[in-house]
Amino acid sequence: MSERLDVRKTYKLVIGGAFVRSESGRAYAVAGADGTFLANAARASRKDVRDAVRAAQGAQPAWVAHSALLRGQVLYRLAEMAEARAAELGDHVAQAEGLDEAAARASVARGVDRLVWYAGWADKVGQVLGGANDVAGPYFNFSVPVPVGVVGVIAPADSSFEGLIDALVAPLVTGNAVVVLASQRRPVPAVLLGEMSATADLPAGLVNVLTGHLDELGPVLAAHEAVDGLDLTGASDPAALAALAADSLTRVLHAGPPATPEGGLRRLRAFVDTTTVWHTVGA
Amino acid sequence: MSSEPGGQGLASTGRVSRLGDLDYAPAPESAAIVSIADAYGLYIDGHFTDPERHESFATLNPATAAPLARVARASAADVDAAVQAARRALPAWSALPGAERAKYLFRISRIIQERQRELAVLETLDNGKPIRETRDVDIPLAAGHFFYYAGWADKLAFAGFGPDPRPRGVAGQIIPWNFPLLMAAWKLAPALAAGNTCVLKPAETTPLSALALADILEQAELPAGVVNIVTGDGATGADLVDHPGIDKLAFTGSTEVGRQIQRRLAARGLPLTLELGGKGANIVFDDAPLDEAIEGIIDGIFFNQGHVCCAGSRLLVHEGVADEVLRRLRRRVDQLRVGDPLDKNTDVGAINSAAQLARIGELVAAGEAEGATRYTSACPLPAAGYWFAPTVFTDVAPAHRIAREEIFGPVLAVMTFRTPEEAVAKANDTTYGLACGVWSEKGSRTLWVAQRLRAGVVWANAYNRFDPASPFGGVRESGFGREGGRHGLEAYLDV
Repeated sequence: MSERLDVRKTYKLVIGGAFVRSESGRAYAVAGADGTFLANAARASRKDVRDAVRAAQGAQPAWVAHSALLRGQVLYRLAEMAEARAAELGDHVAQAEGLDEAAARASVARGVDRLVWYAGWADKVGQVLGGANDVAGPYFNFSVPVPVGVVGVIAPADSSFEGLIDALVAPLVTGNAVVVLASQRRPVPAVLLGEMSATADLPAGLVNVLTGHLDELGPVLAAHEAVDGLDLTGASDPAALAALAADSLTRVLHAGPPATPEGGLRRLRAFVDTTTVWHTVGA
Repeated sequence: MSSEPGGQGLASTGRVSRLGDLDYAPAPESAAIVSIADAYGLYIDGHFTDPERHESFATLNPATAAPLARVARASAADVDAAVQAARRALPAWSALPGAERAKYLFRISRIIQERQRELAVLETLDNGKPIRETRDVDIPLAAGHFFYYAGWADKLAFAGFGPDPRPRGVAGQIIPWNFPLLMAAWKLAPALAAGNTCVLKPAETTPLSALALADILEQAELPAGVVNIVTGDGATGADLVDHPGIDKLAFTGSTEVGRQIQRRLAARGLPLTLELGGKGANIVFDDAPLDEAIEGIIDGIFFNQGHVCCAGSRLLVHEGVADEVLRRLRRRVDQLRVGDPLDKNTDVGAINSAAQLARIGELVAAGEAEGATRYTSACPLPAAGYWFAPTVFTDVAPAHRIAREEIFGPVLAVMTFRTPEEAVAKANDTTYGLACGVWSEKGSRTLWVAQRLRAGVVWANAYNRFDPASPFGGVRESGFGREGGRHGLEAYLDV
């Protein structure tokens, strides 16, 4: 009996809801933690970054036009998708991070739980970060958190799924679109999450996932004028990228401890602005 | 007037189309999607059990007055068993990580969504409200409340009630018949999210959707005893109020019963929230967007047959537009389709019970006797069941009973005003304070009025809007405490 030859998967970029190879036609080899060849991943170009940013810009207004409850439900559906593919995610996390199966599955489970945690925030950030302001004078004054727009994310280099959830989902909760540069060495879970986002009722283009060489792509993303927020968690040279981001006053979140339910709302606060409305009061 | 039940407006206004009769054809939802058992027990400690004394009562379909099922009448011993089950379940439930409690609530929300059509039909059968409302309002909002509070279960430290908020313990919860499943969701979702366990007492005339919810809790594999459901009448509710094993009581219902409960609990210092009656006013200024205002007035008083604690049962209209508003209002009232609640075209369904119908009839008779002018839609009413045609009173004086007492039916009392100050004074001329509507294109005046209204909720150019994220509740004799939103957590947290 001959052994069945396995059907191998090509990992593509996720741009604008489509799964595409890099327009440059390039790819790079991804190895597991033990150095064995795992797969070829697309090696995105500068133009792929620009295309992804444009797709994110196009998708964000539709996302923020959803009710907050619906955004929460869609993100919860993403958690349902991830839970259903937990075994597959666990295999890839194990290969990428060199974990045994149980540890990898536990990491995926924590990531899914974190995703559920974020989903619940969608219709609550306004109540926690906004509110009425008791100004002097005949005015009704209230403040609401508003998304910055498009957030560029340099995904954590090491935590290929669990850490990625924080970086990718936190900006979505508050109404932003994201362009993610996946971990260069461990990109596969990010691509899988991109695939799931395409089937979880997220508007096409809301989540864009690029794989490739970060020293080539990071500066393009950081300097892009249409990128309004930048998460540098996975950046090897955050100072240089932060300096590029300053040209268009992009909001920057530097790497820090991973967000946890106990760890506060830093990641949720990082990519919102506050709009305050004054309305006159008088008969 | 149209001679058919549910006759449509074009016919009633005398316009004849070349297409002939444009009445809506009946579009009934099938009741076959629901299977109702002959008899239901009490849901205690994760099981349906027979009541100790084997007593039961019938729940009716108010649209036909035909019995739907027999439901257990819980005795004091049954209530005790339910409270004990909740006490036993409390340590494990409250110690569960918030994220895990959240997952149970998310499951419940999802299952309600999956079974929403069945639940909508069941609610309409047992309550009499139109399927359009159960389908579009009651059931989606119930699912939404579980979803919303699921998200709070692991975020309590961020809710602004201190760094380590604790559950209160066992919550006794008594709910009314006007939004049966939705009221159950309003009570259970925040309580469970905060780590409490619950004993829920549904209304005597509408227990079936709460019993269906018990089945949903089973599907969600909620641990036994976390939610217990005891059916019965006022005596069962009193047994729950008096039980020494509860740590919190939440009641939605009439102001009179709320007063009794507060009195009964006066010596115990038990945390209490009361969501009681109302006599809401819709205030229409002369610059109001009239098309929207008319729809808002109609929705404010005829939504759910007026069985709404925050119903806009008083209309205060500026003298300058009173004639036009009343003319358009009568025309719109004539267009309301009253009849089979399962018909998707029905606007106004059945009155929930014979007792409520008698109460409405008494107050309407008082309105006529006291000299107000009655206008009632000439729509035909079904022969069986409990029905009351949409009614509008003009020439109403502030001292009339129909201007002061909660009618809880499809009856509107209209008064006029000349200045914003007079509108505010008349709106506040009530012992209640649940909700008001303000209709004006001038935002500054709307906010000026809103600041002066003694009401827990003020809608501007809208009425009867509800959302899981928005706090709801009254001031003055409409009760205290809030349900919904971040504020709704406070009732179930020991902070």
